[in-house]
Amino acid sequence: MNVEIDTSAFTEEAYELLSELEDSLLELEASPQDQELISRVFRAMHTIKGSGAMFGFDAVAEFTHEVETVFDMARNGTIPVTKPLIDLTLAARDQIRAMLDAAAGGEPADQANANRIIAGLRGLSPEKKGGGGSTAPAAPSGKAQAPSQAANEPHIFRIRFAPNPEIFATGTNPLLLLNELRELGECRVVANTEKLPDFEELDPEQCYTGWEIFLTTELGENAIHDVFIFVEDECDINIRLLDRDQVMRDQETTKKLGQILLERGDINPNELEKALMPLGDRLVQAGAVTPDKVRAALTEQQVIQEKQDKKKTAETATSVRVPSDKLDSLVDLVGELVTMQARLNQTAGTIGDHTLQLIAEEVERLTAELRDNTMSIRMLTIDTTFNKFKRLVRDLSTELGKEIELITSGGETELDKTVIDQLNDPLVHIIRNSIDHGVEAPDVRRACGKNPVGKITLSAIHSGASVLIRVTDDGAGLDAQRLRAKGIEKGLLSPDEEISEKEAFQLIFAAGFSTAAKITNVSGRGVGMDVVRRSIEGLRGSIDVTSTLGKGTTITLKLPLTLAIIEGLLVMVEGEYFVLPLAAVEECVELSRDDVDKAHGRHVINVRGEIIPYIRIRSRFEIGGTPPDIEQIVISEVDEKRIGFVVDKVVGQHQTVIKTLGKNFQHSEEFSGATILGNGGVALILDLNKMVRYVEEEEIRELDSP
Amino acid sequence: MAKTIMTVDDSSSVRQMVGMTLKGAGFTVVEAVDGADGLAKAKASTLDMIITDLNMPNMDGIALITALRTLPAYKFTPIVMLTTESQATRKQEGKTAGATGWIVKPFKPEQLLEVVKKVLG
Repeated sequence: MNVEIDTSAFTEEAYELLSELEDSLLELEASPQDQELISRVFRAMHTIKGSGAMFGFDAVAEFTHEVETVFDMARNGTIPVTKPLIDLTLAARDQIRAMLDAAAGGEPADQANANRIIAGLRGLSPEKKGGGGSTAPAAPSGKAQAPSQAANEPHIFRIRFAPNPEIFATGTNPLLLLNELRELGECRVVANTEKLPDFEELDPEQCYTGWEIFLTTELGENAIHDVFIFVEDECDINIRLLDRDQVMRDQETTKKLGQILLERGDINPNELEKALMPLGDRLVQAGAVTPDKVRAALTEQQVIQEKQDKKKTAETATSVRVPSDKLDSLVDLVGELVTMQARLNQTAGTIGDHTLQLIAEEVERLTAELRDNTMSIRMLTIDTTFNKFKRLVRDLSTELGKEIELITSGGETELDKTVIDQLNDPLVHIIRNSIDHGVEAPDVRRACGKNPVGKITLSAIHSGASVLIRVTDDGAGLDAQRLRAKGIEKGLLSPDEEISEKEAFQLIFAAGFSTAAKITNVSGRGVGMDVVRRSIEGLRGSIDVTSTLGKGTTITLKLPLTLAIIEGLLVMVEGEYFVLPLAAVEECVELSRDDVDKAHGRHVINVRGEIIPYIRIRSRFEIGGTPPDIEQIVISEVDEKRIGFVVDKVVGQHQTVIKTLGKNFQHSEEFSGATILGNGGVALILDLNKMVRYVEEEEIRELDSP
Repeated sequence: MAKTIMTVDDSSSVRQMVGMTLKGAGFTVVEAVDGADGLAKAKASTLDMIITDLNMPNMDGIALITALRTLPAYKFTPIVMLTTESQATRKQEGKTAGATGWIVKPFKPEQLLEVVKKVLG
């Protein structure tokens, strides 16, 4: 942490102390034996020194320390208070004042004068070296100290900690020390309670317990000493490095004595077992050691064993390569399990048996865990994809005579393997566009006052259940006017249609749209961005453009973390179930007959002052039947607009395992798949983006052909 | 609930620095200007920890620690003293009086918080 501290408090206080120091010194001259006065002088200097260093006045602190050291001797009676001492101290006081003034912006203090004063003061002390403080105790410097052992390899330390029985009386809680050790590394603690007296003799204010701690840490012994710094003088602390790799070797190779004797028929198994009582038990029985000691020793053995085992597994199994189709089938199975679990939940709810419900809940928890684990296995970091673009940018920019630097960030962000695989082509298109149309040629950039080297930033960050991938360039930006003109030329807009800047930017995603004056072999054929949009939407993602003319463009891809299972909102229309992706849903409101009448045949509703258009699922899919008096509108965000979807009933949140539709239904693009419900039924998953676009296109067609 | 720490120091700048650091870390801070003031304030309030200077007028840090340890409420409370490196003997005196630990002046805010964490958990 960083605390900003106002130094004026210190300088003000220091000035006060200095004038007090002056008064005390003058009084002291009159009565040199007055101990209280000597203490006052000492205290004043001591405070200036202490706070000076804390507030960053190191020179003041250093100088004052010298003076204080000599005065400490006067306080202890080692040297008498004499006129030279007082003269020098007064001179020192003026010097400190000058140093403070210098820090406040005044004349620089005279260093030669300071040296003279120090030399004079040192001359007064009996030993030349000064030597007011005997040994300087080390500050509890925490973990800052350099570990004495090689840092990387973890070591096992055995720490025997037997606190002084009076430890509580100094306000020390030994358990906190153990906790602190736990922060240093993996820790195993065995309590030694053999000193614990009988209950009648027990004094609750005394500490009878000792501990043996086995700590596996990469830090050195000093870090452990630091933990005990406040108590090491009073307590019994013994730290030893344990590493006995050699001892464990060549053990299993020879036959054990018992085995040999048994084979030779010299003893029978019963006798052997009796003799083979664990060594610890035998020693305890013989009264040689206490059970606690044995327990500690066994723990020691175990910790070392575990470390070695870990080393072995670390060597052999850092990762496992598995064919990805095995993973795919695992995900399928988990999907089936989630479906089955929904059914179990529903059945348990219907039967109403408490025990069964408990089991169902437990299965639900396990399933969720299994699902998350399985999904995480499929997650890959995006950095490999990012790294490929370094080459792409380099080659393309050279080809086009541009200088472009690619900066990537967030490469450690994880995405589902399928998403990553399908992300490559859209990203290539986007980056090509940035290089070709975005970043200008070096001479153009220079003319605009920009750095001739262009910059493209590729970043990935997590945002809720999605990952945002941004491609930002510092190029020319999009020209909304030119886009509009081009849109009219291509017949995408009518000449009198006014569009917002945002809508103009969206035009770049229209099929056959390109504003590039000439077609290069990099881009400009207008087959790029609409394909990009389609593939991103195929991944259940969305794409967004922001741009400032002359400054650059940012294209943001929003992608779901995973494709196999999504959170959905289950709705019902005339007994048919549908699922809307929950990520897009914003709210649900009621639609009454009254609302419909008020809109005079237009499909809009007023929600808190905002006019929102809606699509009736019933009429869209020609389901028929009569709608209920009060219908529900699920308001969702589609292409940055709020659109309502009218259904009969909202059932609730649903873990949706996505099943692709069969070959026969490949062309029903308004559905992105289907899912199996708890009751065995099937619900279609709506692709809201596509649905809205189709409806829009149909309406435009209707308007064009009256 | 936020823990309460008392800082006892005759230097207002040290009190300010300790106070700001502790408040920044979410503690409630009581300030006292010397040992006598600190003892009175300790009796009047419930404190979870005390940070005291050693050299102070009226009642010094050692006397304060000794007095606090005789009070049942502060028998086991962590008390940390502020010392300078030239006070090795005073440190030992403080330990004997019942101080939990010490911080060597000058110190940085992070070091202070490290020690607070060490004795207060």
